[in-house]
Amino acid sequence: MDKIPILRMGPFLLVTIQVDLYDRLALNLESDLVQKVHQTGARGVLIDISAVSIVDSFMGRILGNIASMTRVLDAETVVVGMQPAVAITLIELGLSLKGVHTALDVERGMALLQEKLDWDTDVADDDGDNIE
Amino acid sequence: MVITLSKDRMSISREQDLVPFRNRVKEAAVKIGMGIVNQTKLITAASELVRNMFRYAGGGEVLIEVVSKGRESGVRLTFTDKGPGIADLSLAMQDGYSTGKSLGLGLPGAKRLVNEFDLKSTVGQGTTVTILKWKNG
Repeated sequence: MDKIPILRMGPFLLVTIQVDLYDRLALNLESDLVQKVHQTGARGVLIDISAVSIVDSFMGRILGNIASMTRVLDAETVVVGMQPAVAITLIELGLSLKGVHTALDVERGMALLQEKLDWDTDVADDDGDNIE
Repeated sequence: MVITLSKDRMSISREQDLVPFRNRVKEAAVKIGMGIVNQTKLITAASELVRNMFRYAGGGEVLIEVVSKGRESGVRLTFTDKGPGIADLSLAMQDGYSTGKSLGLGLPGAKRLVNEFDLKSTVGQGTTVTILKWKNG
């Protein structure tokens, strides 16, 4: 059975989808990722889909699910590297990936996750200051 | 008049057939020099329809044709299954309607992505969906 590797990079998890996904593989990725966020306490998930040529409604739903599921575990998900033709097709299909953060490439996606993490930490610090 | 230039049949019975099927559709699109955006739209529409066929009818057969009309060429796909059929076609074509647990975008979304879309269904006998995407459509 194929498996999509999930890499850990500091407080984040990194997934690069290099193969065309069939439904079972996408569903396995969803549950593996949620498990991994729970195990590692990761604060962010980055999914690189730059090698993915097709995102249909099923795959779109999985991406949305992953974002919602990780969010309730206190980890943000960002999807990066979408090909222009995929973006055009998704919108025409009727899917706007609401609730899923996106970034142009891995670098910007990482920056976005880091920004969110820093912001969270700042807020936590501010709370501490207020008590003093 | 639409002329068929080549024909290719493929039966779909397992989920793993989806990826090779998408590749066959891509080959046909590449053969006629279809651009990447139209290719992506066609393959995405095909992926929606083949999933429907798999999920609701347990599989079926797809006919992949390269067709031409005058100077224009295109890819035509015919999905035939012997499943339960669709009772209310207009309801099935509505955005957000699904009898399964999906988003309900499959049929209406697929229709938006192609140039020609035809759906025929008889309850208890099966469903046939035909889509056509022109190279420059």
